[in-house]
Amino acid sequence: MKDTVEPYVTEDGRQIGGILMEMKNITLRFGGVTAIEDISFDIREGEIRAIIGPNGAGKSSMLNVISGFYNPQEGEVWFRGEKRPPMRPYQVARLGIARTFQNIALFDGMSVLDNIMTGRLTHMQRGLFAQALWKGGAEREEVENREAVEKIIDFLEIQAIRKTPVGRLPYGLKKRVELARALAAEPKLLLLDEPMAGMNVEEKEDMSRFILDVNDEFGTTIALIEHDMGVVMDLSDRVVVMDYGKKIGDGTPREVRSNQEVIDAYLGVAHD
Amino acid sequence: MPTEFLYGVEVVLNGLMAGVLYALVALGFVLIFKASGIFNYAQGVLALFAAMTLVGIMEGQVPFSHLINAIFGTEIHHFGWHIPAIAAILLTALVMVALAWCVHTFVFRHLVGQEPIILFMATIGLAYFLEGVGDLMWGSDIKTLDVGLPQGASFWIEENTAFLGGEDFYGFFIDKLDIVATLVAIALVAALVAFSQYTKQGRAMRAVADDHQAALSVGISLNFIWVLVWSLAGFVALVAGIMWGAKSGVQFSLSLIALKALPVLMLGGFTSIPGAIVGGLIIGVGEKLFEFLIGPAIGGATENWFAYVLALIVLVFRPQGLFGEKIIERV
Repeated sequence: MKDTVEPYVTEDGRQIGGILMEMKNITLRFGGVTAIEDISFDIREGEIRAIIGPNGAGKSSMLNVISGFYNPQEGEVWFRGEKRPPMRPYQVARLGIARTFQNIALFDGMSVLDNIMTGRLTHMQRGLFAQALWKGGAEREEVENREAVEKIIDFLEIQAIRKTPVGRLPYGLKKRVELARALAAEPKLLLLDEPMAGMNVEEKEDMSRFILDVNDEFGTTIALIEHDMGVVMDLSDRVVVMDYGKKIGDGTPREVRSNQEVIDAYLGVAHD
Repeated sequence: MPTEFLYGVEVVLNGLMAGVLYALVALGFVLIFKASGIFNYAQGVLALFAAMTLVGIMEGQVPFSHLINAIFGTEIHHFGWHIPAIAAILLTALVMVALAWCVHTFVFRHLVGQEPIILFMATIGLAYFLEGVGDLMWGSDIKTLDVGLPQGASFWIEENTAFLGGEDFYGFFIDKLDIVATLVAIALVAALVAFSQYTKQGRAMRAVADDHQAALSVGISLNFIWVLVWSLAGFVALVAGIMWGAKSGVQFSLSLIALKALPVLMLGGFTSIPGAIVGGLIIGVGEKLFEFLIGPAIGGATENWFAYVLALIVLVFRPQGLFGEKIIERV
């Protein structure tokens, strides 16, 4: 079933479509260090795709390649059936790929509401002068975007902190606001870099629920990096396993878990 | 009311109006500093350049005419037309946008991520370069700038406030130009605040000021925002240049008003727009009142140094300024 690109329905009734994004033979080097070596995998529409691996395996680098923060030396990135030329991160964002960061990158001086509104920037078409003069439908546009943002605020249950400056929020809520900002862009592909890092069990459960709900309700395709194996296995439809910049496994959680190479990487068998 | 008190009020009014102009110059600094961490030493020269360009365009002066004449042996100086002030101001604004683009594309784009001191040195270089280009383009002679702003004391205010005092009080003496400058500056500040709070580009500007990486991830082009910020600083410089130029002529000393903005920034904090405004007002009123009340006792001319001493005192007790973000280093 996994080897074909035919649409199918998962056990819990979600629709998985064709290939949304495909990475072909990606190699990324920093000077003499090879962070990613000849890795290929695809992400299908509507699925939750996880990238896992031990520390330093190149997971974040891979996410940065997808989101345009790094451009690989070799390989091709295909998105929605087209080859993507080398791009700057803001151009990738405008294609409909939103992301969060491992160390949280929010606008600390702005309120929660304003932070999430920045996620709508790619949806605002009015020109500089119309904006400055508040004319030409700019006001209507602002109202529409506000409504979209309020929906997300309700969805992620952060109504109570709407007006709070982000800098004052506790860690777990910051993570949620960052997710809200990424969601506000109504992305075709949502990238989550360790969405549960540094959280306690309760916060992790909340975040898992939100990720599943986002995927279920909006049909958003999600690619995530995660350390916590248990979480990954419960959440994702398919998993890519990386170690030392190479792909050592790819498949359903069940397949990956029984892969000897993956077990070795995680249990720390010596590399030759 | 006692005459002494009324003169005090007049001093405060004049101080407030001077303060608004200081705030205007300081605002140009804050805009660029917030969005890119660059302390723009060239802000004053930017005002001078804007004023020179405005005069040049209004009078139909041929740019680089001295250079052209020297090379080709020609004798051209003027196109022979006069352009109305409003049109000339709009054209100058366009020139400032073009300048902003050049400054970013040819200089600061290549210095992204460098140490603040390197960026600062680059702005010093930019200041001298612009000064030279300005002279080369429009000549270094002192020019008068007349965009049709009312000048001279307002007799209306004088006549209608004379009743407040006794026989020896003749009413408040207030320059019409100061009133206009104050109104324009207030309008500009209000427009800038509204722009940064309620528009897409304003929101993007604040986002870039806060976190570059996050700004990129929501689809903001940093280069666009930086050009925008330099353009806004150029507009502010243009307005400041018009006001100060109309007051005391377009000449090199115009670029020194930037030095007056320094204590304003120390007082208000480098990152706060309200800080720049309040700081400007405090310095404006403070230096005029100090000169009025204490100046005579210590020989006058206190306006030259009062602002710096005040800023120094503030620095000792609140290094981040009155409104700046508190710097907390995590150990």
